[in-house]
Amino acid sequence: MPAGCISPDGKLSERAIEFLKLLNEKGKISASEVAELTKRPLFQVRNSLRELTEAGFIALEGEEYSLTEKGRSTLL
Amino acid sequence: MEEVKEIISMPRIGDQAPAFEAMTTMGPIKFPEDFKGQWVVFFSHPADFTPVCSTEFLAFAQMNNEFAKRNVQLLGLSIDSVFSHIAWAMNLKEKTGIEIPFPIIADADGRVAKLYGMLHPGESSSATVRAVFIIDPNGKIRAIIYYPLSAGRNMKEILRLIDALQTADKHGVATPANWVPEPQVWEFTEENTKVIVPPPTNYEEAVNRFKQGYECIDWYFCKKKLS
Repeated sequence: MPAGCISPDGKLSERAIEFLKLLNEKGKISASEVAELTKRPLFQVRNSLRELTEAGFIALEGEEYSLTEKGRSTLL
Repeated sequence: MEEVKEIISMPRIGDQAPAFEAMTTMGPIKFPEDFKGQWVVFFSHPADFTPVCSTEFLAFAQMNNEFAKRNVQLLGLSIDSVFSHIAWAMNLKEKTGIEIPFPIIADADGRVAKLYGMLHPGESSSATVRAVFIIDPNGKIRAIIYYPLSAGRNMKEILRLIDALQTADKHGVATPANWVPEPQVWEFTEENTKVIVPPPTNYEEAVNRFKQGYECIDWYFCKKKLS
């Protein structure tokens, strides 16, 4: 399955960066809140957040996502 | 010699919607997981750059807000590539100004179409029929509609069906024939009386299509009035 927001060589898409910046600003946030704040469809947000979680940029705790150290260093 | 027949999967009303992963015009999806908590109108069309499908997509696009108000996500599918879907959506936007605001699954190998019984070999072995699956927020199939390749669907009926299902769930009732949530008139104009001219099948016909007096949005998408 081709990647949605991370290219095969590990480069993050504009959408991925947008989500990481939002998580950096909000701390912890749910997929529904990300969808509402970015005006993007929920299915797309969920899929992207799953991909970013699997790649180690963010972590899921309960229903909320937050940046990992790897995610934070990406924004520097 | 024993005849070997392929068993076609046909999900039924009341079944859990079969799970799959696919690429769409809006990125990859994992179904139904990514759509949990939303109603989904999952529909197939025979092919990109075909006229009846174009009218359906434009009609769905124009009613997207009405579906969204009801917590419904539209999801299209055909046996085409994602590049074909993008080119078609761009073409529709360029010619009509209408953007396609929902994802279209690129099911080039027909894997998802087979999973949902969208291929009806008696109608076409390579193009999906006009199937509609209405799937509820728990991933259960609540209604199925099939239309043949030649007849475009009535999107207002699909919206009415969503209203009927949601009303039945909310109030524990059933809805009678021709039920609507509030008095309304389904307006059909002169435009609704026009029919599709079968699209050209070779380059020469395509080039000449604009000279034949039809109302054309593009070379493959022309209408006429029946005399």
